[in-house]
Amino acid sequence: MSELVPISPRRRRTDLIMRGIFAAGTMLALVPLGFIIYYLLRRGLGAWSWHFFTSDPTGRFLGDPGGIKSAIIGTILIVVLATAIAVPLGIGVALYLVEYGKRGRLANIVRYFIDVMTGVPSIVFGLFIYIVLILSGGFGGFAAWKGSVALSLLMLPVVTRSSEVVLELVPNGLREAGLALGSPRWRLIGRVILPTALPGLVTGSLLAVARAAGETAPLLFTAFAVNATTFNIGQQMNSLPIQIFNDVRQAQDRIVDRAWGGALTLVVMILLATLVARLISRRSHSA
Amino acid sequence: MSDATTTDDGVTRLAFGRVAPSRLPDRALRWVLTGLAVLVLALIAFFFARLYIEANPAFAEFGHFGFVFGDQWNVSAGHFGAWTLIVGTLITSAVALIIGIPIAVAAAVFLTELCPRRLRGTLGTLVELLAAVPSVVYGLWGVFVLIPKLRPAEQWFSDTFAFLPFVGGKVAGPNYFIGGLILAIMIIPIVSSISREVMATVPAENKEAALALGATRWEMIRISVLPYSRAGIAGAAMLGLGRAIGETIAVTLVIGNSPQLGHAIFDQGYTLAAVVANEFGEAASDPIHRAALIAAGLVLFVLTLLVNLAARFYVVRAERGHRIGRGERA
Repeated sequence: MSELVPISPRRRRTDLIMRGIFAAGTMLALVPLGFIIYYLLRRGLGAWSWHFFTSDPTGRFLGDPGGIKSAIIGTILIVVLATAIAVPLGIGVALYLVEYGKRGRLANIVRYFIDVMTGVPSIVFGLFIYIVLILSGGFGGFAAWKGSVALSLLMLPVVTRSSEVVLELVPNGLREAGLALGSPRWRLIGRVILPTALPGLVTGSLLAVARAAGETAPLLFTAFAVNATTFNIGQQMNSLPIQIFNDVRQAQDRIVDRAWGGALTLVVMILLATLVARLISRRSHSA
Repeated sequence: MSDATTTDDGVTRLAFGRVAPSRLPDRALRWVLTGLAVLVLALIAFFFARLYIEANPAFAEFGHFGFVFGDQWNVSAGHFGAWTLIVGTLITSAVALIIGIPIAVAAAVFLTELCPRRLRGTLGTLVELLAAVPSVVYGLWGVFVLIPKLRPAEQWFSDTFAFLPFVGGKVAGPNYFIGGLILAIMIIPIVSSISREVMATVPAENKEAALALGATRWEMIRISVLPYSRAGIAGAAMLGLGRAIGETIAVTLVIGNSPQLGHAIFDQGYTLAAVVANEFGEAASDPIHRAALIAAGLVLFVLTLLVNLAARFYVVRAERGHRIGRGERA
């Protein structure tokens, strides 16, 4: 009978080295995260103050550069409106795919194009909206709602794909039970399927919100920026990413400080949305 | 159904005189939802057509071929060729893949096969946190931290390895390498998370078989995990490439925005996305400049489309492979 061959020292060494390389790769991936968080906190917290959150940028090169009030309000308004467009549309398309289209030809084509949309760069969506809603005339110039439309295009594939996955998870038994009790399909969707899938739908939507909130490029061509706070979505509107983008390109230290403070604010807002999304999805998984 | 009768007013009565629920809202909902789905298709086609129409003045002036392969992007002379931008996009994306893919795949292997179970969730979440940082914040960090801190190292590398192609000379602050490095950081989370998903589908039997034959952990990874997930990793890399090509704001801030093609990896450059973001403000009054920028956007769109189609091909193939694998086990 043959004996078990012990692992030779050379193989043992290779194994150890390769394990070390994989661990090092993971650490290497986390190094930039550490640095970014460190600098965001160090430079960003220094810029935070009551004045920073309660005043608009002044646009002056000398004296007080002002804060980011209008940018925070603008980002919230633009993203809320974008969510209001993208979420019903995205969940609607997902409902079509799961409840009606299934594996049919049209459904597969739609799925395919939704995937294509995921890969389209955000700046191209900005260009689309610029061409269709601004260049063509008839809708006026730069306006906040156009920025929202551009962001909603970006969110649409995210919402649709995540909603589709969640709706697929609704047990078929529930559908059959509803139909067997004589419920029409629309009522089944409204009373059974959507409520069952709700936590998952919310999670997917919040992840889309987190993605859209940090986008700069589409807003550059659509909502543009003004310094003053405005609640009028028919006007140009400031937003955090655009404010940071413009501040980075200024040579003045105090304006760059505002960029760091704004960046920290933006990251905190996005992390909050992500965190809430994760909490909801965890609770729905354990339930 | 034989019990059902329909009266003159169209109300269907079932047995025992119950009224059947109206099927009208049902049909309406079906058509509305189908309509939404078709609307998405129509939107994409419409956008593509409009993009082409608005870019057309540039194509008419310089020709399709002349615009794509013309190597002069000169705003003041009114001459627009996108070749230097395309090359810049390809250089930064290549740097991003060369740096980012090995790290992302290593992290995926570590997290699925080697990492202690307790740490797995935390480390995985941390890697994915990289995706939550907005593009403009990466740009801010690149401009004020990465560029000044890395410059001495870059200059040392440039002087020491000047005999290599595309290395040597004075290092510019913002340059191709910095752009690629930032892109590498940005694509690591997506490549890593897709690779992890693919590696998680490797059947336990394949791994156990390798271990039972006396393989070490690394040998098990080499002979059962990596070959099984090769197509999926290729797809993940292509998706990362698509991201890198289309990424705009971070690159705009750290690439230097110079329309001349650099001679070395540490020279200033330009990318398709950066040119659109950077020159858009000044182009509003100049129709041909604007058309050229839109044409650059169109080239970008087509590039990302091709890359994403390739990615989808690989990912679908990987998924199909798994389905067959699962079928065999069942």
